[in-house]
Amino acid sequence: MSFHLILFLAFGAVCVGGAVNLLAQRHPINSALSLIAVMAALAGEYLLLGAEFVAAVQVIVYAGAIMVLFVFVIMLLNAGEEERTKGSRVAILLGVPGMLTGSILTAWVVLRHSGTEAVPIGALPGPPKEIAQLLFHEFLLPFEVTSVLILIAIMGAVVLASKPDSAAGKAD
Amino acid sequence: MVQSYVPLSYYLLLSGFLFACGVVGFLIKRNIITIFMSIELMLNGVNLSFVAFAAHWHALAGQVFVFFVMVVAAAEAAVGLAIIIAVYRTRETLNVDQVNLLKL
Amino acid sequence: MNSSLNLWLIPILPLAGAAINGFLGKKSSRQAVTTVALFFSGAAFAMALWVALRFSSLTLPYHEYLAHWIRSGSFSADFAFYLDQLSLVMLLVVTGVGFLIHIYSVGYMWDDPSYYRFFSYLNLFMFFMLTLVLANNYLVMFIGWEGVGLASYLLIGFWFTKDSAASAGKKAFIVNRIGDFGFLIALFLLIRHFGSLTFDQVFQSITPMSPETAGTGLLTAIGILLMVGACGKSAQIPLYIWLPDAMEGPTPVSALIHAATMVTAGVYMVARSHVIFERAPTALTVVAIIGTLTAFFAATIGIAQTDIKKVLAYSTVSQLGYMFVACGVGAFSAGIFHLMTHAFFKGLLFLAAGSVIHAVGGEQDMRKMGGLKSFIPWTFLTMGIATLAIAGIPPLAGFWSKDEILWKAYQVSWVYWLIGLITAFITSFYMFRLLYMTFFGDYHGVQVDTHGHGHDAHGHGEPHESPMVMLVPLMILAALSLVGGLVGIGDRFEHFLAPVFGATDAVEGASHGTEVLLMGVSVAVALSGWWLAYLLYYKRPELPQKIADALGGFYQTVVHKYYVDEIYAAVFVKPLIDGSTRILWQDVDRKIIDAAVNDAGDGARHVSDEARHMQSGNIRSYAGWIAAGSAVVIAFMIWMGVR
Repeated sequence: MSFHLILFLAFGAVCVGGAVNLLAQRHPINSALSLIAVMAALAGEYLLLGAEFVAAVQVIVYAGAIMVLFVFVIMLLNAGEEERTKGSRVAILLGVPGMLTGSILTAWVVLRHSGTEAVPIGALPGPPKEIAQLLFHEFLLPFEVTSVLILIAIMGAVVLASKPDSAAGKAD
Repeated sequence: MVQSYVPLSYYLLLSGFLFACGVVGFLIKRNIITIFMSIELMLNGVNLSFVAFAAHWHALAGQVFVFFVMVVAAAEAAVGLAIIIAVYRTRETLNVDQVNLLKL
Repeated sequence: MNSSLNLWLIPILPLAGAAINGFLGKKSSRQAVTTVALFFSGAAFAMALWVALRFSSLTLPYHEYLAHWIRSGSFSADFAFYLDQLSLVMLLVVTGVGFLIHIYSVGYMWDDPSYYRFFSYLNLFMFFMLTLVLANNYLVMFIGWEGVGLASYLLIGFWFTKDSAASAGKKAFIVNRIGDFGFLIALFLLIRHFGSLTFDQVFQSITPMSPETAGTGLLTAIGILLMVGACGKSAQIPLYIWLPDAMEGPTPVSALIHAATMVTAGVYMVARSHVIFERAPTALTVVAIIGTLTAFFAATIGIAQTDIKKVLAYSTVSQLGYMFVACGVGAFSAGIFHLMTHAFFKGLLFLAAGSVIHAVGGEQDMRKMGGLKSFIPWTFLTMGIATLAIAGIPPLAGFWSKDEILWKAYQVSWVYWLIGLITAFITSFYMFRLLYMTFFGDYHGVQVDTHGHGHDAHGHGEPHESPMVMLVPLMILAALSLVGGLVGIGDRFEHFLAPVFGATDAVEGASHGTEVLLMGVSVAVALSGWWLAYLLYYKRPELPQKIADALGGFYQTVVHKYYVDEIYAAVFVKPLIDGSTRILWQDVDRKIIDAAVNDAGDGARHVSDEARHMQSGNIRSYAGWIAAGSAVVIAFMIWMGVR
């Protein structure tokens, strides 16, 4: 049993557990905390794969900013426990089995075709410098576009979330 | 360094599992914020798959791509939550089944 | 070679008149319309006379080629005109009588609000009729054939606001079309087997063929089909029903179209196709039988009619039957001779009847007339001459032509002769009946304070004579009825037409003496008809009613024209209408065709109704569909990858 594998399994267990817990919990805040756990475990996985920058960004941005945003909103809206309401039959009857089928098929394919290629620990180091090289050379255009995207998202969020009367006041 | 390996397929299976959980959560859950979180879970699963393949093929572009996915996820989360707040203001509910005015 | 006669001018001049009056007539004065109409029809007549004068200097037959029309493979038909003795006779009759009737119509239709339209239609008719007569191939003749049918429809239904007139017009046209169907099939057969419709080419191809004595064969079929067409146009059994109804039209129309010219088109066509008929004895027999039966049948109906124009209508049908008898026994020139004399005296009879109707203020029922001879002497005189002519009293025109037919018929079969003789008796009887009822005795009509011929009114007291513009044509036609028959003496007419019909065969076994004897018999028969009419309608006017009562139901049947119209309505018209309504309209049109279209729309709507449920507005169901769909896509991709 290699160390790599143990670490992988450990982080993996946290991921799996968090994911299942997200589904199982009734209160959204519990689901949010489970998701944070998943993200943290995923950061660990990234490190195992040598993607240190990605792991750092995962923790800072994903777990640290996005999930915080989620928690803020949950608290702001005072979301309570879920009620049982009439759902959609289609979702349950068609969607879940469909998804499970798709997943099983994908898993089968994955297992058949990528059986035992090894991914060594730290296989692909991803130092920030190299990533930055790529980012600002080959991926410059997407980078710039993404910055515009964020700008638009900011404006959109501000407009959408603001109170209706103050939005009318701010019409410019 | 201890020479060891984890087969690529393990990473992919984990990624697929996370994704599947995300989808199932989307379908089962009624609270709209929880649904959003399931979307984030899906995105995370995909990120893992990207990084695993990048490592497998020694292509750093995979990691750059993860970067972009995260940016998009952030933007989407921001705007989406803003919309949820707006919906909550008018509908007074976070139950997605009660936001169905777009039916024919 | 002939220099060009410009024959094409003869039909075109009336066409120009029709166009001018048709387009400009509404805003023009009556005088202008009259001038235009009379000028163009008169010009056509003048040209016809000029052609006749030059006739002896022509090499015949004379062809005048105008323009290409159809060139299709080996078949060609062109706009071309043709002149021979037969066409010349027809030409003179049509333009001459036509012109006289135009003059008469000026007076008759003067008060009609649609004066210009009448003359436009009348000129249009002349154009088509002249095209028919001058055509050098069956196709151009067919143009004229259909065209006169159209003109007849327009003119019968001239007072179209009257339902009965509109229906009569329709009936004429539709029944005509039935006959035209036969004509068309004959034309198709001609094209198929002879590759041409030009008279010369067709007849040249047919001439060497031997007569079809077996009773069947191509020529017999063509002949019978042509006869079907002639039955429609010339009102023979079984397609005569439109002619009595056509009396709804103005009287000049009845005179021109339904006595002198259009109805004779069938006879002309049969005579022109004599080459075909001479080689198809069965077809000839059919023609003769139809002619004989029609002549007799229509005459019997004429006895019981009380409307003055209806009597004349049935008389026309009967006389046309005589013409067909003549053709049917191979005596084509005799048929044409009778056609010519009939145009004179029947045209005169109709015009005079119009004059009578004009005099008594629109009344057409003879029982309300009587004693008119003192009121309208000129009309009486001319009508009397015409009656003598049609009854076959020598030396007037009708005697010579009718006798010629009877003589030729006798040479073929005494049956034709006998029935023709009986019909002559009946003809004489009902014509003199008409004369006595109308002009003799006491005047039964009301003192009219309005008068017109069915449509307009101006006040007068008692019956009055017609204006000169109406009387002069009467007198001219009377003169022609008096002397017109004399061209037939000594077989001169027959010899004139011999180049067209071929020399007459030597008579078999019948001598000149028999001919004179038969002549005497027919005269006697005509006189006895006169005497009977004199007895019943002058001397002892109470007798007809007693006879009618005694005959009871049979008389009623005759009065109702043997219920032929009713039988046709029940057997043909009603099933057709019912079938159309119930089967074609309600079943096929509504249930199948409409339903197909509507159901397509409904089906689309139902499908979309079902599909609509997908749009529930519920996000989770959308996600469910997406998930299921993506599973399908993944499965598909995997399957493709595996293969």
